[in-house]
Amino acid sequence: MNWLARLSNIDRRMIFVLIGAAVIIPFFRPLWLPVHVTEHVKNVFDFIESIPPDGQAVLVSMDYSPETLPELYPMNLAILRHCFARDVRVVGMTLDPRGIGIGEMAIKTSADEYGKQYGEDYVYLGFRPGIVAVILGIGEDIKRVFGTDNYGADLDSLPVMAHLTNYDDISLVVTLASSTYPESWISYANSRYHQLIACGVTAVMAADFYPWLQTGQFIGMLGGLKGASEYELLVENAGYSRERKTATIGMDAQSVVHVLIVLFIVLGNIAYFASRRSAGGDA
Amino acid sequence: MILDWYIVVYVFALVIGLQTIIHHHYHKIRRKTKGYWYSMVTLVSLAVMGTAGVFFGIEQGSFFMYLFRHIQVPLGATMFSLLAFFMASAAYRAFRARTLEATLLLVAAVIVMLGRVPLGYFLTKGLPEGFQIPAITEWILMNPNMAAKRGIMFGVALGMLSTALKVIVGIERGYLGGGK
Repeated sequence: MNWLARLSNIDRRMIFVLIGAAVIIPFFRPLWLPVHVTEHVKNVFDFIESIPPDGQAVLVSMDYSPETLPELYPMNLAILRHCFARDVRVVGMTLDPRGIGIGEMAIKTSADEYGKQYGEDYVYLGFRPGIVAVILGIGEDIKRVFGTDNYGADLDSLPVMAHLTNYDDISLVVTLASSTYPESWISYANSRYHQLIACGVTAVMAADFYPWLQTGQFIGMLGGLKGASEYELLVENAGYSRERKTATIGMDAQSVVHVLIVLFIVLGNIAYFASRRSAGGDA
Repeated sequence: MILDWYIVVYVFALVIGLQTIIHHHYHKIRRKTKGYWYSMVTLVSLAVMGTAGVFFGIEQGSFFMYLFRHIQVPLGATMFSLLAFFMASAAYRAFRARTLEATLLLVAAVIVMLGRVPLGYFLTKGLPEGFQIPAITEWILMNPNMAAKRGIMFGVALGMLSTALKVIVGIERGYLGGGK
């Protein structure tokens, strides 16, 4: 077998082994590549930074499922840590029934790190079915939509909900999503109630949301693990958190994997053009 | 009012979904069709998660959450992570610069892949800002990508509008069934 045939027929198991090694090795030998903060991520950070302590609440809608947890959970924690570090009240909820446990895990983990009290500093509303009805309902009266929190407590009995009726009392909605939920937030909360919205989405979805970034309907966006690592850096640089930066650790592995995929593309094309040339020569 | 109806519909859908999944997998097990073991796993998982949630609660620290965190989350994440392996293999075998359009797509993909990781910035940080890979990536996403995305959105919206009009005026009757 000549070099050309070998190059064009790399065993797929070899590719899988190389990708596996590219993911695992950087966790043990980190490259510590510098993270460059993009404008869209900085805009979200700056907005939350501008909310006065104990001022209007931030509604964090954790609309994602376990499949995308490795990408979205780090940005979820980073945003919640930022809010709690600045004493911003947080209202947590989810539009995805598979996100109930994840949302609770994220909000409780980050609240405990800052000694925040449930019901006073934050609340977790859990899930209600009917995406459009829930988003529109919050615009009228959030207590009518949910009635109780995730644990069955009456919302009127929670101090954090005392002055919270609708979007007028919410400074920012952050939707962390692995599906088209951000579009629903734009269509109903932003268009109908002019609610400011930021989103955090998986890397493959990020390209879909640029039209709304350009129009200003999203104030900013965190795209994939890269967006999460940028937010982690901003939170750490501001002195709000010294917790392990899981997204930043993952970026080294992602860098190596991306380079490897580019190399595979180059190799595949070299083999393709060389085989075409040799076929032309033979003819 | 609408939300109440949503909840009613949601509950009915849940019951129908539950009935369908049990019926489907029960028959696969009874007939011992190929891969019926997977049906057994599905039904056992359904029973265990359902029992744990209904009888022991779903709050943090519960048995339900233990199963969720230690089984469902890693399994789900693993499924999604497998994409990286198949993408690498597919990129090697199929991503060829056969035409001008394919070449443009390939070049844009390579730039965006490098621009979405710290390595892209690291490799070009010495260059003027506009020539750094993250800046070029941002330009690609904010211009050609956004224009294409808007075009698709307009196309979909116009298509939906025309289909809705055809249904309203009775030109499109396929949804009524009754013939080819």
